[in-house]
Amino acid sequence: MKAVAKTAREVSFFGAVAFFVILTTFPFYWMVITSFKSNSDLYNVTNIPFWFNEAPTLEHFKYLFEQTLFTRWMWNSLVIGLCVVAITLVTAVPAGYSLARMNSRSGETLGIGIFLTYLVPPTLLFLPLSRIIAVLGLQNSMWALVVVYPTFTIPFCTWLLMGFFKAIPPEIEEAAIVDGCSLFGAFVKMVIPLSVPAILTVVIFTFTLTLQEFVYALTFVSAADQKPITLGVTTDLVRGDVFFWGEIMAGALIASIPVAIAYNLFLDRFISGITGGAVK
Amino acid sequence: MVSIAEPVAKPASRYRFLMDRREVLGSFLVAPAVLYVLLLVGVPFLLAVYYSVSAYTIYDPSWRFVGLANFAQILRNPVFLQTLGNTFLFTFGSQALGLVLGKFGAFLLLRPFPGRKIVRALIVLPWVVPIALATVAWQWMFDSLYSVINWTMIALGVLTREDAPNWLGTPHLAMLCIIVVNAWRFFPFAIVIFLAGITSVPQDVIDAATVDGAGFWRRNYQIIMPMIFPIVAIGLIFGIVFTFTDLSIVLLLTNGGPVGSTSVLGFEGFQVGIVSGDVSHGAAISLFMLPVLFIVVIGMLRFIRRRDI
Repeated sequence: MKAVAKTAREVSFFGAVAFFVILTTFPFYWMVITSFKSNSDLYNVTNIPFWFNEAPTLEHFKYLFEQTLFTRWMWNSLVIGLCVVAITLVTAVPAGYSLARMNSRSGETLGIGIFLTYLVPPTLLFLPLSRIIAVLGLQNSMWALVVVYPTFTIPFCTWLLMGFFKAIPPEIEEAAIVDGCSLFGAFVKMVIPLSVPAILTVVIFTFTLTLQEFVYALTFVSAADQKPITLGVTTDLVRGDVFFWGEIMAGALIASIPVAIAYNLFLDRFISGITGGAVK
Repeated sequence: MVSIAEPVAKPASRYRFLMDRREVLGSFLVAPAVLYVLLLVGVPFLLAVYYSVSAYTIYDPSWRFVGLANFAQILRNPVFLQTLGNTFLFTFGSQALGLVLGKFGAFLLLRPFPGRKIVRALIVLPWVVPIALATVAWQWMFDSLYSVINWTMIALGVLTREDAPNWLGTPHLAMLCIIVVNAWRFFPFAIVIFLAGITSVPQDVIDAATVDGAGFWRRNYQIIMPMIFPIVAIGLIFGIVFTFTDLSIVLLLTNGGPVGSTSVLGFEGFQVGIVSGDVSHGAAISLFMLPVLFIVVIGMLRFIRRRDI
């Protein structure tokens, strides 16, 4: 009897795990299978939709790369991502360090203040920002996004870095200062080399945040050749009322893969950063 | 010669002296980040507030002050009141569903089993993949003709093809769809947050409670839940803020329809302010997010400060 109860428990446990995995992955499985199916297979309600009824095909990927601006969108996203990463690093690394080393109360207050701006939503700021973008002469250009994206990557990364810098003992800089380094020199020569893993985390997250962003891109960029990948795939592959599902799913799949991998590699660091030491 | 060399050396040394003072270097290092945020978050925020009390449209960019007239007009509009109701339903419906799924999922992943790492990597996918991309996959799954959900139900004999629902074309079902998609997107985040919280509870506390006779439920609800409450609260605050102000799911999945039944604040602000160019009314609609944001910010401050204790 005991063995039966144990087996029943195991089965229900793994059944529940399977339920969660199917729930989370099915839409992505759907992306994969749609992107490799031929159109005659895709748009036939008598076919079983879960697998290939006809031979898999690369026609959607071919169309995506040859007949659409997909490669251009990939390039745009790469350029936007790298520029935003550069701006974020130049501002957030010194700021995070400074806040971590400031005397506790004012540093903490300023840090929380910067972090709270991360919570000011794009849907509140897009109207005035579109005016500012117009004044800067950047309307309908991907460079508008390079200017705007740091408004959420800087607060977020400053907060993450502040936590990481706090974990580096100040004695290391003090030793360097005793050896004749200036305060700034100690930061550059001692603290930054020790923080390479943290800085790498920030690079990855800044980049993925720019890939995930949708609202600002939608608001500021309507020229097809200026769109980043997420916006291009979701809004530019619909002709009139016709959705090119095979192409849309193929594009979504390609854009999803790098983000999914990067996030999974850095997930634990991300969580410890986002909860901001609420857990000791 | 010495007297000539001296004035050159002095400013340099004073400069070095200044940069070696912690407060000076500190403010110098933090200044670029603060300036960037002030200029591109602070200034636009104030501008948004001013737009909402002005008569500004893209066709008539006047700064004429009209007081609270925009807000009064909006509040008289039944469509807006529906939007406001939808926003609350969307936010709290999806957060509640997400929390339940998250708690349950976290308990499953707490137990070690072969392949747990892979399962976790797969379960976080909805949260890490750009939501706009995942939303179009859902849109395709909810397609009026080729919906895989309908196909499955028809194949199982639950439905016939004639009464298969048009998910995104029926008001209540469309609302359900955006809630489900948003809960689906957030519950992996809830799982990860719960896991981080539960694993941070020291084992000796749990052991001590067990020795004192606390059973599973008692350990769960009187020891673990109160201890992880701050971290769960921060996760929930993130979820509420990002859902309450969301635009992408609604825009891509239902475009606010059918007939405004899934319109939410962010979407309405976008339609009025950007698409129609009525900037002042759009800003006023978006500002209705502020009270919720304020409450959330206060909550956030309380929980962040709590770690000092």
